[in-house]
Formats: sequence, C-alpha cells, structure tokens
Amino acid sequence: MELTFEGVKESSRFKELRGAIAVLEPIDGVFYGEMVEFDIGDGSRRLGRVLESGKEAIIVQVFEGTAGISTSKAKAKFLGQPFKLGVSEEMLGRVFNGTGRPIDNYPLPTIDKEVDINGLAINPMSRDYPRDIIQTGISAIDAMNTLVRGQKLPIFSGSGLPHNEIVAQIIKQASVSGKAEKFAIVFAAMGIRFDEALFFRDVLENTANMDKVTMFLNLADDPPEERIITPRCALTLAEYLAFEKGRHVLVIIGDMTNYCESLRELSAARDEVPSRKGYPGYMYTDLASLYERCGRVKDREGSVTLIPFLTMPNMDISHPIPDLTGYITEGQIVLSRTLHQKGIYPPIDLPPSLSRLMKDAIGKGRTREDHPNVANQLYASYAEVQWIRSLADIVGEEELSERDKKFLEFGQRFEERFLSQGYDENRTLEQTLNIAWEVLSILPENQLHRLTKEQIEKYYNRE
Amino acid sequence: MRGYVWSVNGPVVIAGGLSTSPVGNQVSVGKAGLVGEIVGIRGDKAVIQVYEDTTGISPGDEIEDRGYPLSVELGPGLLGNIFDGIQRPLKDIRQACGIFVENGVETQSLSREKMWPFTPQVKEGDVIGPGHIIGEVQETSLIKHRVLLPPDIEGKVVWVASEGKYRLDDIVVKIDFDGKEIGLPMYHRWPVRKKRPVSKRLRPDVPLITGQRVIDFLFPVATGGVAAIPGGFGTGKTITQHQLAKWASADIIIYIGCGERGNEITQVLEEFPELQDPRTGRPLIERTIIIANTSNMPVAAREASVYTGITMAEYFRDQGYNVALMADSTSRWAEALREIAGRLEMMPAEEGYPAYLASRLGEFYERAGYAEALSGKRGSITVIGAVSPPGGDFSEPVTMHTKRFVRTFWALDKRLAGQRHFPSINWIDSYSGYVDDLTDWWRENIKGADWSQLRTRIMALLQEADRLERVAQLIGVDALPDAQRLVIEIARLVRFGFLQQNAYSADSFSAPEKGLKIIEIILFFYDRAKELLDIGIHVLTVIEMEEFAQIMRLKEEIPNDKLEEFDRFKERLDEAFREIGARYGVNI
Repeated sequence: MELTFEGVKESSRFKELRGAIAVLEPIDGVFYGEMVEFDIGDGSRRLGRVLESGKEAIIVQVFEGTAGISTSKAKAKFLGQPFKLGVSEEMLGRVFNGTGRPIDNYPLPTIDKEVDINGLAINPMSRDYPRDIIQTGISAIDAMNTLVRGQKLPIFSGSGLPHNEIVAQIIKQASVSGKAEKFAIVFAAMGIRFDEALFFRDVLENTANMDKVTMFLNLADDPPEERIITPRCALTLAEYLAFEKGRHVLVIIGDMTNYCESLRELSAARDEVPSRKGYPGYMYTDLASLYERCGRVKDREGSVTLIPFLTMPNMDISHPIPDLTGYITEGQIVLSRTLHQKGIYPPIDLPPSLSRLMKDAIGKGRTREDHPNVANQLYASYAEVQWIRSLADIVGEEELSERDKKFLEFGQRFEERFLSQGYDENRTLEQTLNIAWEVLSILPENQLHRLTKEQIEKYYNRE
Repeated sequence: MRGYVWSVNGPVVIAGGLSTSPVGNQVSVGKAGLVGEIVGIRGDKAVIQVYEDTTGISPGDEIEDRGYPLSVELGPGLLGNIFDGIQRPLKDIRQACGIFVENGVETQSLSREKMWPFTPQVKEGDVIGPGHIIGEVQETSLIKHRVLLPPDIEGKVVWVASEGKYRLDDIVVKIDFDGKEIGLPMYHRWPVRKKRPVSKRLRPDVPLITGQRVIDFLFPVATGGVAAIPGGFGTGKTITQHQLAKWASADIIIYIGCGERGNEITQVLEEFPELQDPRTGRPLIERTIIIANTSNMPVAAREASVYTGITMAEYFRDQGYNVALMADSTSRWAEALREIAGRLEMMPAEEGYPAYLASRLGEFYERAGYAEALSGKRGSITVIGAVSPPGGDFSEPVTMHTKRFVRTFWALDKRLAGQRHFPSINWIDSYSGYVDDLTDWWRENIKGADWSQLRTRIMALLQEADRLERVAQLIGVDALPDAQRLVIEIARLVRFGFLQQNAYSADSFSAPEKGLKIIEIILFFYDRAKELLDIGIHVLTVIEMEEFAQIMRLKEEIPNDKLEEFDRFKERLDEAFREIGARYGVNI
C-alpha cells in the first residue's frame, strides 16, 4: 500500500477477482460505501464501491466487471468519499451515461455541488401530502388512476406492449392546470435497447421542453453493474432540482426489471443467501431506497414525481419485481395484452390498476365534484362487465338477461370510446368526464349505486 | 467498555474488544455515534446490528458500549408524538437537520424541558410494590398519565414531592429499596425486547368496536385480542389499519408504520389532529403514538420498531388503559429479520427467512392480551398486524406462521378490491375465534340485539349465495328457481348495503346500533320477499322495487345519531310489500 495525496489510498494487493467482485488486502481507514477507481494498466479506468471493509479483506464491487483486470498491473485507488454526483441546473438539456459522464459531445457542465448519490431518507415529518394532480391527457389515467405531484406511480408492462409510447405521451402532455411553474424531466434508462433510447431521444428533442430534460442512458450493452448507479444519479439530480431549485420534476426510470436483474447478479457474485427466485432478500429495501426519494416537502416549492416502468416477466404480476414495486409505490398502472391485441391504445387494464393518492386530489374544488363517484362507478360497472362476459362465454349471449346485455353494451362502448384514444390525443379532464357520462348513460339509472341522485340528475343522459 | 470496528458490511458491524459485553447491550459506533445493538458474540468478536446507515464507517473506528440494553423511555410526553424505530422524535430530528434524516443525530426521546402537572398518589411511609402508581399527570385532555414504579423496584416511600409542575427528570418520589435510597423521576427506561410483567392474564370478552360493519358483525376481535390483515398490494391493508386507528374503541392507539410508505405516515400526521374521537370529541392525535420507520429508513431500526411500539403499549396497559396497536406491516419486519440474518450468514429456512421467524412472531403476538396489571388496574393490548404476502399468496411463511398466533384473520381479497369493494375483507376466507366469547357482551350492552343469531344468518346467506353464484355462472341466473335468485339478490344487498363501507364518507364510522338496523332491514326485506315468492310473485317484481335500491344507500343517508329514520324506512318498506300483495289480491 502506498499513500498518495490527502485521503486517497492506493493498493494493488488483490486477493481475488471474480465477476464484478474484487477482494483486496485490508487497508486501515477504508470505509463502507467508499468509492474506488481502478487503473487497469492500459490507460482505462473503472469505478467501484466498497461493499465490505474489514481487518482481513476489502470487498469491492467493480461497475464494469473485473474482465481484463490483472493483479499485476491494476491499481485500486480509494477516493475517501462515497459515490458522488456533481449537480447543477446546467445539466438540463444534456445526455449522460449511466454513471453521470456526458455522452453528447459537449463539455462537462459546471458543477454547483457534489452530492452523495445514495441520498438520505426524507423525514416523514417534513413531508407534505401530495394533493395536486398532474393532467396527462390520457382518460384512463386522469379519470381513473389520477397521477398526483409527488407520487410514485409505476407502469407494469410486458414485452411487446406499448409502454414506451405511453411514457412518451405522458412526457409530451403532462401539465398542471393553470400554473406556469418551473418544470423538469429526468429520464434514466437502464439496460434498454438502442432503438428504444433513440425513440426517447426523439420524443424529448421534439417536445417544447427539450431544455428542461436530462437523460441518463445505460443501454443493454453497457455494464450491468452500472445500472445500480444510474437511477441513483437521476434521483440525486431530481432532488437537487426540486428541493433546492424549486422545480417540479418528473422522473421516469426503467426498465426496473433490468435493474433488478443486475441486483441479483451482484448478489449471486457475493455468495449471498437468495430469497424468492434468486433475488436478494434486501430487494424490497433497495427498491424502496429509490422509490421513496420522491415526494413533496414542507417549505420547499418543488416536488419529485416518479414513474418507474418495468416489464413483468411472463406478464406475471406476482413476480418479485412487480410485486415488491407494487408494495412500495402508490398504486400501479397495469397494461393488458388482451386489450393490446384488440387494438385498444392505451391498453390499460383497469381492474388491477390503482392510484392510491387520487382520492385526496380529486373532487370538489380540485377537479370536478362528480369525479370520485364517476371513477368508482366506472370501476364497479366494468368489473360487472368482466363477470358477465365470462358468463356469456359459457351460456351464450342470447341467454343473458336484458340488464346483463346492457352491461355488455356498456363494456364495449367503454373500451372503444373512453379507454381508447390516439397517441397524439390530449384530452382535458372535462372532456374525459363527459365521455364517462356518455358511456355510463347506456346503463339503467338504478344500476348506478355509486353516484348520488343529484349527480345522476345533472349529468345522466336520458336520451 | 470500549472496542473497535473489525469489519463492516451494511448494517452489520463486527467488533473487536467487546467480547465480554452482554448480548443485547446498546452501543455507539464511530465518530458519528451511530446507534447499534450487540446481537451476538463469536469467539473474541462481537456482532453488532447498527440502526443507521453505516456508509463512512471503517475498520478501527471506536465503539462504545453504553452499558444497558436497547430500551425506551416511558413517561409523560409519549402521546401525540412521532418517533422513529428507536424512539427518536422525528420532530427534533427535523429541527436538527432539515428535511432529511441524517446520521448520528443526538436527541432525547422525551422532552426534558416541558413542565408537567404532577399529583402524587403515595405518601411518606407507604410500602409499595412493583408497578405501583406513584402519581398522575394530565398528559392530554383525554389521558391521565399514571406514573408507575418500575416493575423491578419496590420499597418504602421516604419522600414525596408536593403537587405541582415538574420537569420529566425531576425527582418526584424517593423510596427505600433494600436499604438504598432511590430517587424516582416521572419516567423510567425499559428494555424493548423484555416483556413487562403483569399479575394475571384474563380472558378477553369485550369486543373492540371498530365502527367497521364487516369487522364488528362478521369477524370481530376482542379487546386484548390479536388479529391479522393479510392482503396483496392494493387490497386496502393500510386504509383498514388507518380506519381502525381512527375509530377503534381503545383509549390509546399505537400506530407502527414499519417499512411502509412515507406519504402514508404524512397522511396520518395530517389527518389525526383534524379528526375527532367519536366518543370524546377530542382530536384523535391526543390518544395516539406514531412510530414511523419508512421503507427507506435503516432496516435494523425497522426490526426494532415493533418492539419499541409494543413496549409502549405494555406501559399504558400497566396504567389500566386499553391499547390498540397496529403494525403495518409485519412482513416488512420479517424481511428485516431476514436481511439481518443473511448478513450474519445464518442458515436460512423457508424462502430465506431465518428459522427463528416463527418464534419471533409468536413472542410478539403473545405480548398482546387482557390482564390485571401489577398496579391492580385492568388493561389490555389488542394487536392488529398487517401482513403483505408476496404475490398475495397466503401460503408464504409469514402469513402461515402468523395464522398460528392470531385468532381473527381478515383475508383481503384482490378481486373485491378490483371491484372497489372496500373493506375488501373476504367473507369466505376470513374467520374470528372470538365470536362465542363476545356474544354475552352484545346481549348485555346493545339493546334488542341478537347479534350472534343475526351474524349466523348473514354468514349462512353469504355462503349460500356464493355457492349459487358459482352454479349460476354455469347455467345462467335465469335458470335458477326464484327462491335461489332471491338469495343471490339479498346477498347483493348485504354486500352493497352493509359490508361495503366508504372510509371517506359520513359512513366511515358506523355505530353498532346502526349496523344492527341495516341488517334488520335487509333480513326483514328477505323475509317479506319470501312471502311474496311463496304466493307466486316473480322475483323480478321484488328486486325492481324502488326500496330495494334505496336499502343500498341507507348507510350513507342515515347518520349514527338519527337511527329512528331506519324505523320509518322499515314502515315504508312494509307498506310497499303490502301494496304489492294487495295488487295480487293477497293480504301479507
């Protein structure tokens, strides 16, 4: 070991190299979570992080893997600080790689301050309860799964389903009614394909918000270990923009499935005891340390709203990745392959979808007074439709009662008229609710238990 | 004693130089003074679980053994407060470091500045036993805090402070304990992992009235009982827990947000000062203690949080209060056990959980109960644990083991939640073992109710309807005989008009008398409708009655204090049936 300048320690005494793990001889003062830079001898550098520091060994996670590192040439430099990201408002409009280095051929942005990317937990006492809706212009979201500023609302998708388009549509259309406020979007891609990245770059470059967008891109062929860092960089920048610069930041991260795969890979490399499907037992805590970073806080203007997206392996919602995500996030928007095959866009599967925060953000004085009951009624009636459809499959549509036939008609119209909309169709909430009443009016009045007499009087179309 | 860090791996620190320290002792680690606990000794090394983020800790850092086990301070100042998993007040942390929770913050669990009005309850010369009430403090307008002699001390009172205002750590009573004079302040410390002794445990026979009809009528829990709410995400565990925290007929509510969402805690913090206790009219926060260790706060403190909560519950039970404790969610606690066991390289049992999972769950739930405290007063702890089974699968270890230790099981149902039927407690899979113990209470306390008989009828009706619906799904509803269609329709009335309850409307709290009235009306409708069917009137005639749809709205339209309106409605209903009968020339 040799000591160089202040706080930085260097060592080349490797004990073990395997996968993404390097084990070195112990050095005093190396701490848990410290950042490490490897000089691998051919002029290139790799980053790493201390996973365990003891009097017998130091275990380091190498972000780009140990392939190519030789014990005789490589040197590990312990940098005396945890992984930090330099942040500033100049990062808006820029594109970075998964660890925060610019990849858009412009120079490094000027840095306002350096922040530990792991962040700190927001004190629940400091939080402000989210109550302002973000209008996305998508009926199935605005009316039935309202997105609220400071909320974390994931999209559960499957391979081949149009989650990218839905995310893009939200990016294009997201607005907060009536207020011209400071807005920003931070987009972090983990392990996505090059064409997907290109699609998002196109979308972002064509929105009016181009100079308000920062992208962190880790593509499918970038080192998987980097994926652990990518979302943390994005959230660190988002927190800075929101809580120090007063912006309302929409953070979109995905594909979380790729992130979790990296987590599992790393856990296996460390010989940890696996839990469900080989994923580490701390995956819930790890995901929470990302998702819980969004929110609103008292006495600060900005907010962080988070939309993670993930592809459910085999469309299985009980798979650990969507399952643990759903337990942390405030609801979920689930896509359906059946609807997609029927040609319905956006194919949002309503029964399993939910926005937990909508109840306090909608209704009288916030959106429209009938909004909560309309949403409830649509959910209940659509659930009835599903039941009647399964009945019709067995006994045949002819055998159904008049009431049940009305429900089938409602179901059909609901999907065609309310659920379906164009990729470029931006509906106001008023329009959405009016369409809702139009389709609800197919049902007999006495089937609308969730609506009040006054609401039926006012909006029900008796023609 | 002092030691040093040998190695560090996440929340687990291996220490040298502390091998003779007792397991369970609290330590502070490193320059920042992170709080930790010794969880084991291996050879000459101590294994420490640290309750804060260990980033920045390096080998060689100093560790100090504080000389006492992980414990909480028990005294005035607990109520209305919000703590993290190791009893640090989050308000003070906010003052010290702003919007985030930083590491190694030094705080006092209970305020030493505040002056409390103390009224002594002992006099010089009294010989008092463990747990005796030595004085009273009006802590909030709802709760008189009874200052207790710690359970491990007894003796003769040699000095008593006069009535007046004192700080928490002012000595208020001195006693002679085995020849030693001990000065007692208004609080004492108690190790969280050790259960507080009682003089005798009693059989719980009073229901915990929750204002939730499906619970109070179908699946009740006793005051001093244990219940579990398992359910996949989105089935409404947290809302049900919040509803219980708001309306349960307990004196004190302890709400443990264990590894859950930050915004949910914020919601409680915003709502509870605004909401009124339906029995006393005072803000709910005055009887509530919140322990918040959200999912992104350190995992080891999450493990400690349930013990911190239950120890506080025991303390108020010892004062003679009925405490209801909600733990949301015990699965996150079990996961914390798993994570720490993994870092300690323990042999895993099912799904990676440590083999001691079942015994830890058992120990925790057994701290609930109805008991005669050492002070002679009777108090209780009702524990309601949320369980978050992965994928909503109830055969996973935490749900399975929990079932062994609880007597009431509220199974939340994803299908019901998808239909927005809340509370989504499934009436087929849920159960309550307290029904027989509580029957007498209902008979003696709620006028004119044969609760157990009504309950049996409703349950039988729902079971029957469930069976018939499955048949109907095969052959079509129209193919069923009228009497059976009626059963299905009445079950719909029960579901929409009785079981379903909106947490955000006037129906949020439904008094037992109100529930009773609704049930009576539904069953009255059923009996009258059967009479019509008997004389050959078609089932559609009955269910298309205007009153049928009206019954579903009664719960929203008639408040708890206007029950006579139910009787008026019942008369109208009777009238309507007579009219139909008359139309067909029959007198019913």
